[in-house]
This record gives sequence, structure tokens and C-alpha cells, in this order.
Amino acid sequence: MTHFAITAEAIDREAFRDGMVDRGCGGYVQFEGWVRDHNEGRDVLRLEYEVYEPLAVREGNRILGEAVERFGLQRAAALHRSGLLELTDVAVIVGVAAAHRGEAFEACRYIIDEIKSRLPIWKKEHYADGEARWVRCDHCAEPEHAHSS
Amino acid sequence: MQVHVSYFAAFREAAGVSSERIDTAARTAAALFAECTGRHPNLQRYTASLVAINDELSGWDAVLADGDAVLFFPPVAGG
Repeated sequence: MTHFAITAEAIDREAFRDGMVDRGCGGYVQFEGWVRDHNEGRDVLRLEYEVYEPLAVREGNRILGEAVERFGLQRAAALHRSGLLELTDVAVIVGVAAAHRGEAFEACRYIIDEIKSRLPIWKKEHYADGEARWVRCDHCAEPEHAHSS
Repeated sequence: MQVHVSYFAAFREAAGVSSERIDTAARTAAALFAECTGRHPNLQRYTASLVAINDELSGWDAVLADGDAVLFFPPVAGG
């Protein structure tokens, strides 16, 4: 069973976990990505996520399906925030339930890594000095930086 | 032919619009992006990293058809 969604509301980690309980599972791993107060030497005040939802949801469900097949999971689910987030808010949550802990740990790592690299989601950091910057993308403006497109 | 182009995140801010209809003779997604950087000079600083056509991720050499919805994505940074 898999479920992936984008939400503009605060993530309820207890409700998320309760939805994952499965009597056939002996191991459950949950990962939370939090909003941190610094990045690359700058003080961060808050974050903003822009999401292209139609593709993000489809690709997110694809990632969960891959993890279920590859690691033999019972359940895999993830939620990712959109909109404005404050420090310590949960930006992303991943839950994986399996018969044994080994595959639950491995699958959770796989899912969060794929979410970060494959979904059409962009993060803007707002800094204490009043500036704001799109993460990764503003490197595009540097002449020595190129993408393989 | 006419296509519908959408820009996201840093691309949207650089272009100054989130989407627009364009009459174009561009044959491929790459040619269309080049045309868009001509329309919006601030986009010239950026190299597009991903393109989707009609909500499917696509290659830069994909051939465009009349009425296509083309999405230009800057490098992603989720999580």
C-alpha cells in the first residue's frame, strides 16, 4: 500500500504514523525533514516551497511503488509541504513499514533521496539579512556552472 | 503553431510571468527555450534543467505539436 501527497497544511506526524500501523509489520522507520536555521553559512528565517503538483504526485507515487517492489515493503507513504514554512516545521515526512527492520531502514533512505532529486519541488530560503534565494537554481546564474540538461 | 509555456520558481521570477501563449516555429523543446530566453532576457542567465510536455517529463530534442503545454523547470530542491 502506498500513498503520496502534497499538503499546504502543517504535517501531523502522529496521525501520519497511526495510519501506517500494520499487524504484519515488525519494523517501522519514519523520516522527518525539518526547517533548519542555517544553510551554507547564512542564517535562515523561513522557507518557501513551490510545487508543480500534478507531476510531483505522480512521480512521488512512482518512487513509493519502486521502493515497495525493491525492498518488499508492506506500506510506504510520504507527505511534502508546499507554501511558507517556519523554523522546525516538518517539510517532508516518509514512513515505511516492513516485516523486518533492515528493509525498512534501506527503503526509507531510498525514498527520501529520490524525493529530493526527482520531484518538481523548489525551495526558497529567506535569510536574516532580508535576502531570499532559490536553492540550487541561483547557482545557474554563475558562469562556471552548467547543467547537463 | 501555438504552444502554452509555463515557468516555475526562479524561471518564473526571471521571466516575470508564470505562463504565456507563444506563436512559434520552434521544432523542439530546446529551440523553444532558446526563443523564450530571447523574449525574456533575464532567463538568459539560466540553463533549464528539465522540460515537461503535457505533464510528462520529456527530452530537449522532443518535437513540439500545436497546442502543447510546455513546462520549464529549474533544478529541483525538494525535501
